Amino acid sequence: MAECKRENLTATEVAAKALEMRRMIIEMLTEAGSGHPGGSLSAADIMAALFFHEMNVDAAQPKMAERDRFVLCKGHAAPALYSVLALKGFFPKEDVFTLRKLGSHLQGHPDMKKLPGVDVSTGSLGQGLSMASGMALGGKMDDAPYRVYAVLGDGELEEGQVWEAAMFAAHYKLDNLCAFVDNNGLQIDGNIDCVLSPNPIADKWRAFGWHVIEIDGHDIQEIFMALDQARTVKGQPTMIVAHTVKGKGVSFMENQAGWHGAAPKPDEKDRALAELV
Amino acid sequence: MTEKQATRDAYGKALAALGQENKQIVVLDADLSKSTKTADFQKVCPERFFNAGIAEQNMLGVAAGLAASGKRPVVSSFAVFATGRAFEQIRNSIAYPKLSVIIAATHAGVTVGEDGGSHQAIEDIAIMRALPNMTVLVPADGPQTRAALKAALEHDGPVYLRLGRLAVPTVYGEEEPLTIGKGKILKEGKDVAIISCGLMTSVAIEAAELLAAEGISATVCDMASVKPIDRQLVYSLAAGCGCVVTAEEHNIIGGLGGAVAEVLGECCPVPLERVGLNDVFGQSGKPQELLDEYGLTAENIAAKAKKAISRK
Ligand SMILES: Cc1ncc(C[n+]2csc(CCOP(=O)(O)OP(=O)(O)O)c2C)c(N)n1
Ligand SMILES: [Mg+2]
Repeated sequence: MAECKRENLTATEVAAKALEMRRMIIEMLTEAGSGHPGGSLSAADIMAALFFHEMNVDAAQPKMAERDRFVLCKGHAAPALYSVLALKGFFPKEDVFTLRKLGSHLQGHPDMKKLPGVDVSTGSLGQGLSMASGMALGGKMDDAPYRVYAVLGDGELEEGQVWEAAMFAAHYKLDNLCAFVDNNGLQIDGNIDCVLSPNPIADKWRAFGWHVIEIDGHDIQEIFMALDQARTVKGQPTMIVAHTVKGKGVSFMENQAGWHGAAPKPDEKDRALAELV
Repeated sequence: MTEKQATRDAYGKALAALGQENKQIVVLDADLSKSTKTADFQKVCPERFFNAGIAEQNMLGVAAGLAASGKRPVVSSFAVFATGRAFEQIRNSIAYPKLSVIIAATHAGVTVGEDGGSHQAIEDIAIMRALPNMTVLVPADGPQTRAALKAALEHDGPVYLRLGRLAVPTVYGEEEPLTIGKGKILKEGKDVAIISCGLMTSVAIEAAELLAAEGISATVCDMASVKPIDRQLVYSLAAGCGCVVTAEEHNIIGGLGGAVAEVLGECCPVPLERVGLNDVFGQSGKPQELLDEYGLTAENIAAKAKKAISRK
């Protein structure tokens, strides 16, 4: 029997963790002076649910063989990952203030060689789901009990490699793979529909042979239900299309493409933190 | 050398201006138009700007098709993604059939800064240089970027134009025409020849000043045309000064240092020292901190120059 370190927090407790993550995201980005708040905030609830409810991970043994794996395909949302890993105890919380600074283990994009808890290095969009598929395939070959979780951006779906991975994971029946699309509707140059529409997203994944669940990506109960359902699916990978709001939780950042890759100034940080209570 | 401008900024402005004159120019970008500055072109020629989305491989393939139907496509993304993600599309759809596509890639080198090693192209010159038919231009400053874009537009065949994010000192007071295959002597000296490209050219000039203060006279040669390289000039500098230092914001393997080493090895073996990244990836940090961290400084060029001289 695999060692189980699942925390299994309740929805209320997970929501409290997500709020703490959002505060840390704002604080670390302000200190760094650059980085990506919009897509970090939109993914916070999903990642809180994964790390504090669903996944079998243990900060005391970051390389535990049977741990569930996590791939942040949209690596620019590193602050979301760093906040959740810090809250889980993978490294001291104050380290988040070294984000993006010379010599820090908190690189601009997640670096598996530098930071415990990061299963693969990401940052180049489109590559994550392939690596997640490889991990899921490896797990199947070894009859390992672990599951693999991944979070993609909706703009990221424009990369052809995503669809190569989609075919691969379905073809090899990787039912130990469960991915999310953080469907916040925005990319850098604007609305995903105006730049290069990946819609209809859910239909595409269905057509590629995935089990698809659509949820509100900020409703913790819905995230739990989707994860529960995904665990019961046999012979197919699962894609959870999570409808989210870019910049969620900070009114002046919500649905603003301009907050994709701009760090808050100190006064903006204060205004944001005043809302995140 | 007072004014500062990022070569990506100069590129955006030049592209917008040239785009209004030459209606064959079509610009493609991969969801980075505000960073690569192709948004400047989009503003004035919206009907000839196409956002390809986050799909660099397809973008380079589409550019090949546009070139094959008589357009003058100019495509932009960050250097890592333009040359890396779409490498084989560049190889087989663009370089192999020698189609006139301009790949104007910004955010090259470690001066990308805080985004970190995943986003800092330190191998792009090497991989583009290895492709037959490909021309590689690495301008030193804003005025030379304009000249390089003009030269690329007049050239028959694919061109890789390497641009930076960081504002850099202006080396060329005025825009001088850039001739593909020709280097430029910026300062004449007799003890050592420093051959540089990109933002390291202004650093090389500083290094020559440091050396002059110690009584060492250095030639500074700007080799913006990394490929084809000016073999004749490299040969005459080596023969004249007796030793060479190269300086580039790139891996010391395969870039300008590699190109110069090839020429020297074949025609005029003199001591060579290469300043660049020592076969390592970059990391997060402020641009200037990273230049210091990896020895991309005037002090290091001067030290390497003295070492090269001592090896004569
Ligand atoms: C291959 C690649 N091309 C371009 C980029 C630059 N880039 C970083 S984030 C981004 C937009 C991402 O949009 P989306 O996937 O929707 O992310 P989110 O909205 O969740 O932040 C782009 C183009 C990249 N990191 N990788
Ligand atoms: Mg998005």
